[in-house]
Amino acid sequence: MNTPDNLRYSKTHEWLELLIGGNVRVGITDYAQDALGDLVFINLPEVGDAVTAGESFGDLESVKAVSDLFSPVTGTVEAVNEELLDAPELLNSDPYGAWIMEVSGVTETEDLLDAEAYNKLCEEEE
Amino acid sequence: MDKKTPLYDIHRELGGKIVPFGGFLLPVQYPTGIIAEHLAVRERAGIFDVSHMGEAVMSGPGALAALNGLLTNSFDTLKIGGCRYAVMLYEDGGAVDDLIVFRMDEDRYLLVLNAANTEKDVNWIRDHLEGDVTFEDISEHIGQIALQGPDSRKILAAVADETAFPEKYYTFRDHVSVAGVDCLVSRTGYTGSFGYEIFIPADRTADVWNALRDAGALPCGLGARDTLRLEAGMPLYGHELSAEIDPISAGLNFAVKADKPFIGRDALLAKGAPARVRVGLKAIDRGVMREHQDIYVGENKVGSTTSGTMIPGTKASCAMAYVDTACAEPGTEVSVDVRGRRLRAEVVPLPFYKKP
Repeated sequence: MNTPDNLRYSKTHEWLELLIGGNVRVGITDYAQDALGDLVFINLPEVGDAVTAGESFGDLESVKAVSDLFSPVTGTVEAVNEELLDAPELLNSDPYGAWIMEVSGVTETEDLLDAEAYNKLCEEEE
Repeated sequence: MDKKTPLYDIHRELGGKIVPFGGFLLPVQYPTGIIAEHLAVRERAGIFDVSHMGEAVMSGPGALAALNGLLTNSFDTLKIGGCRYAVMLYEDGGAVDDLIVFRMDEDRYLLVLNAANTEKDVNWIRDHLEGDVTFEDISEHIGQIALQGPDSRKILAAVADETAFPEKYYTFRDHVSVAGVDCLVSRTGYTGSFGYEIFIPADRTADVWNALRDAGALPCGLGARDTLRLEAGMPLYGHELSAEIDPISAGLNFAVKADKPFIGRDALLAKGAPARVRVGLKAIDRGVMREHQDIYVGENKVGSTTSGTMIPGTKASCAMAYVDTACAEPGTEVSVDVRGRRLRAEVVPLPFYKKP
């Protein structure tokens, strides 16, 4: 399992990258994509949507099941990765490259884990 | 307590994601993933552990009459070496299970049952058995592997004598040596692709599995088995057929011979034409239809889905559903409530996939 050191992680298996300028990018972790299996559809939020820390901002469909995506931050959706609409499989093949949304005006952040603590969490879930 | 099939340790070694299904621990997929497994069966060949399926033997001078009385299909014309699909009904016309009957001998039949229903089926049959018949559940002694896909024949020929193969669809040959193991091989399957099902003494199942895998068949899990059968438009008990859904509504008329008496026939005939029938749905909008989602035409609820997924290799979500007969015509546009979002879909003929 791959867990880059430069990212922060939520307990619901999203990653968060702090961008220069204060916006954040959000995606799903390698552990999450492996647990979900082949992803075939993503329901993205729209630019301008308000997202709330700990609440659903979209969903992901694997062949077998649907799963909610949880936002690790409160803020406004600045951009979404529309490439994923046609190629959701990028979430499987490159989970840390396939960002899902970029959020601006972040006012609140969930308690996030560093890579080491996140790895430990995943081990416990196994 | 969920049971293990004879291949459980192999599934673990291969990295299979193990889930409980029908009372057994089985792999939903291997690290290859459901999409690759589905496509391997459509394009090459895959193997599935279907040892969870139930097997029972009915024999004796009264066996034929007993089957005709218990099941919707007629077995009068079933030859030795032939297989026939049938549904077993409750008195009210709802389905106990669907199954395949193999005629082994003049007075001996093998019944292949759904794993989750085996105990219920065996009890039902025992309670309704009449005449000079013996009935035995042999599920524990039998392992089963489905070898499915266009390359199945080539792969089987690498480990067995080709002249011993059953040739026609829905026929079988007993005592075929597969990788040195005495097996029954049938030209049956649950994928819509060419293939075989192999019945193996439980303690030799692993030998056959390993030989088929070495010959080039890709191990496939329950996930691909479900997407393949859905694409092939095949009903799954508990979804398209159940104690509440009779075989006529399910469109299984070919397996119902109402010119002879069987349990549930009178109730079935009394129902007349079904109000809702089974159809295929193909999504027009992006999204994935799943089971138990309501279907609308305008604001009128006209039915609900029974199985749904995104078909691997396509970008299309497909579902099977029951809709009012007025909305069952192919080309009818409906909308499906996908967790609060209305997704447009079109009624299409089943199956979604046909063997080229």
